[in-house]
Amino acid sequence: MSTNLVLLSVLMFAVTYPSRALGLLTPGLDRLPKIAFDYLQLVGPAVLAALAAVSVMVVVGDDDVPAFHIGIEWVAVFVCLVIVARRRNLLLGLVAAVAIVAIARAAGLAALPA
Amino acid sequence: MSAAGFGFVYGLSARQAGLSPVEAMAMSTIVFAGAAQFAAVGYVASGLAWPGIIVLTALLNARHLLYSAALAPWLRPVPFARRAGMAHLLTDEAFALSISHFRRIGRADERGYWLAAIGSTFIPWNLATLAGVLLGAQIPDPARFGIDVIFPAAMIGLAVGLITGRRELVAAIVGAGVGVLVALVSSPAIGIVSGGVIGPLVGLLVPASLAHETAPIDIAAAGPPGP
Repeated sequence: MSTNLVLLSVLMFAVTYPSRALGLLTPGLDRLPKIAFDYLQLVGPAVLAALAAVSVMVVVGDDDVPAFHIGIEWVAVFVCLVIVARRRNLLLGLVAAVAIVAIARAAGLAALPA
Repeated sequence: MSAAGFGFVYGLSARQAGLSPVEAMAMSTIVFAGAAQFAAVGYVASGLAWPGIIVLTALLNARHLLYSAALAPWLRPVPFARRAGMAHLLTDEAFALSISHFRRIGRADERGYWLAAIGSTFIPWNLATLAGVLLGAQIPDPARFGIDVIFPAAMIGLAVGLITGRRELVAAIVGAGVGVLVALVSSPAIGIVSGGVIGPLVGLLVPASLAHETAPIDIAAAGPPGP
């Protein structure tokens, strides 16, 4: 059983723990400039949205050249977005997204990922 | 419930990305950060180099600095070593449960924090990860069942959960747009980092009067009542 990625987990921990601990362990951090906190508050939505958009809209072929992609995944992700925005239920959104893609592929309406 | 459900889906995704049960569980116990874990398995699957994954993890988890700064005034009386342990368990869910509990009772409740962080998040997350990764191994062709869409859907769902006003909305839209454009002319990893850096800068341009925050993390207001 592979354990190669355990080291990656340790490195991910090394860059995660400081942001969790700095505020709790460093006196006066809560007195940083407001704009720094405002920026940090916006990082999460921006990174997550970028991750989602790049994942469904950009594919890298065998030639390592990125290309724009249109597919059923767009519909699935959009439906998930709407469900989470309206119902605040991520699990329901994920189930709906998976169901849409699975049904479309089973019906031959969408291709399997390369 | 949400930690268990989401942890299960993470386990499935990790298995689909080729992680062994030990690797998937190591990530859930050592990193213990859902969005970053999903991002990591997605990029392990696509062959992204480790430095890219680590930069993305740092960016994604930078928001925890907000949470720890907001909890700091409440937890100041707690001994340093215990605060250091509490920090590892500080997630979106633990923060939300704790800060609302502290505000309701008007003081810090260390036992309540541990209960929220361990009982309602850490244990369900890890048990569900194990279940997901073990079950995922039994699915012969996961793409046929649409499991590959879990990653982008989870990312957009988590983003929606963090949008509390127009600034976050603008940051997310610009982050996504910049991410795709830069990814098309360079690589997906550079695109994502670019979107994550530029999106918030544009979001900050939205005047505070137009921000329409519904649930901001106001560090000053999040602290305990004065003596």
